[in-house]
Amino acid sequence: MPTSIELLAAHAKEKFEAAIEVCLINRGELTLEIKRSELLQVCRTLRDDDGFKFEQLIDVCGVDYLSYGHVEIPAETSRARYASVYHLLSIAHNQRVRLRVFLDNKLPVVDSVIDIWNSANWFEREAFDLFGIVYEGHPDLRRILTDYGFVGHPFRKDFPLIGHVEMRYDADRGRVIYQPVTIEPRVLVPRVIREEGYGGRDS
Amino acid sequence: MAEIRNYTMNFGPQHPATHGVLRLVLELDGEVIERADPHIGLLHRGTEKLAESKPYNQSIGYMDRLDYVSMMANEHGYVLAIEKLLGIEPPERAQYIRVMFDEITRILNHLLWLGTHALDVGAMTVFLYAFREREDLMDCYEAVSGARLHATYYRPGGVYRDLPDSMPQHETSKWHSEKDVARMNSNRQGSLLDFIWDFTERFPSHVDEYETLLTDNRIWKQRTVGIGVVEPDRALQLGLTGPMLRGSGVEWDLRKKQPYEVYNKLDFDIPIGTHGDCYDRYLVRIEEMRQSNDIIRQCVQWLQKNPGLVIVEDHKLAPPKREVMKRDMEALIHHFKLFTEGYCIPKGEAYAAVEHPKGEFGVYIISDGGNKPYRVKVRAPGFAHLSSLDEMVKGHMIADLVAIIGTQDIVFGEIDR
Repeated sequence: MPTSIELLAAHAKEKFEAAIEVCLINRGELTLEIKRSELLQVCRTLRDDDGFKFEQLIDVCGVDYLSYGHVEIPAETSRARYASVYHLLSIAHNQRVRLRVFLDNKLPVVDSVIDIWNSANWFEREAFDLFGIVYEGHPDLRRILTDYGFVGHPFRKDFPLIGHVEMRYDADRGRVIYQPVTIEPRVLVPRVIREEGYGGRDS
Repeated sequence: MAEIRNYTMNFGPQHPATHGVLRLVLELDGEVIERADPHIGLLHRGTEKLAESKPYNQSIGYMDRLDYVSMMANEHGYVLAIEKLLGIEPPERAQYIRVMFDEITRILNHLLWLGTHALDVGAMTVFLYAFREREDLMDCYEAVSGARLHATYYRPGGVYRDLPDSMPQHETSKWHSEKDVARMNSNRQGSLLDFIWDFTERFPSHVDEYETLLTDNRIWKQRTVGIGVVEPDRALQLGLTGPMLRGSGVEWDLRKKQPYEVYNKLDFDIPIGTHGDCYDRYLVRIEEMRQSNDIIRQCVQWLQKNPGLVIVEDHKLAPPKREVMKRDMEALIHHFKLFTEGYCIPKGEAYAAVEHPKGEFGVYIISDGGNKPYRVKVRAPGFAHLSSLDEMVKGHMIADLVAIIGTQDIVFGEIDR
């Protein structure tokens, strides 16, 4: 007998055949990769269709795939760099689904789902702030977590952990000033990627 | 006639009623709030980015510092996500210990919420009473992990160590005579479990005390009944979870609906509200404390009867015992490897959520096969709750804003991350 998540996957495939690029069940979770242009239509169906009923948008998460699978940031990469990931929850059917939309490298733009789920408001502002993903149709796309007047998008993989500027009080000028960071980046434990099956584990 | 214009007022970030560092820009029409624009991020530390630069286990401590009044519940979300990625399950005893400490954490959190919420609305005594009980529970934290707040006790595959057989004792000092100390130590003669059992015996009567002070209190009801009403369909739209959602009458609790650990073996009820106002959310949380107390008692009874492992014996994930390391070469290598490199997690992604005292606390981890997470995303319940503040306070007075911030149970550690 197919599990409920398999039934959900089959239902999703049937409903949006053209919009789905990848439909994957891994570790008991269903992930749908959606074409960017179809996002709003898919989301609306996911919310309103009786077979889905995903009433709640739990989370919107920006991802930067720049150095995915690499120890260092690679010089050149051909694949899509940014993604916007949505986690949905259906209270009626007690199910979850994850949607992923890959975006253009140059200007990552995607339609805002704020009209479908109002909770997207701050989550999308956060992804805009940290990754520079632009949510088209969002009424108030401002920075949310970083400082007023912050430059750059700190969670991008090419943004250094220590940042670019630091803030201190300047006694001569009698105010707080920004200056280039004075600390050095340091790595205590290097990043290691082991091959599949290392240590008897496989995905 | 002169034109009447709205006031714009700044509220916070250094204001006790903002529960930390919340800055609100309020647009007022007289004393009525037209619009509230919360400015957050003053406590943003980049936890997720930091976690990307460290091996998995080194970030457990960061999770404590997210919602710093319900520490272990945060750790729980994080280790569950790692366990899901690795496909491992902790031993049953560890699961019971985790559930017990999750519920202790829930009581800790709700006590702080109750104390500060009441304080904001003008009741001083509840705050003092709540902190009296928090002291005992933080002693439990200390006995098991060595730290009163930031425990770092949960590990992928179990918990760091087994429950201690004895409780630390108070000592005499120039403030406490021998007689005082004997009285203070009277419930610390047995093991930690005995101490917790003793706590659960008296805690329901303490909850009665809080209720005597508040539940039928005229002023309390005037300040909370009918304030910040959220209809169930709006609660879902706004992404509310936990007591905020249940206060609006939606029956949803991850411990029942998507049980993790051993919640499906325990007997407890989920309280829900009917009106969706501050008063109902207060009642829901009070009842949750009583239910948590019952869950803790069931866990204590089970744990007293069933000794066993508290962490998996896979030394690729959990360090070997210290004494084994002294004589066994392989154990030493495992230990060295684990603390210099950590463990690699196979490619993939996982989202794990727990019923945190404040709502759904989820951790989404993407792994690219490395020893550090590729991306960690913490889904903090308070973030969604605070984003609904504008809608909740519209048309209310400034004094009600304070009550609504209180009822949202906001802690900036998790909102700003």
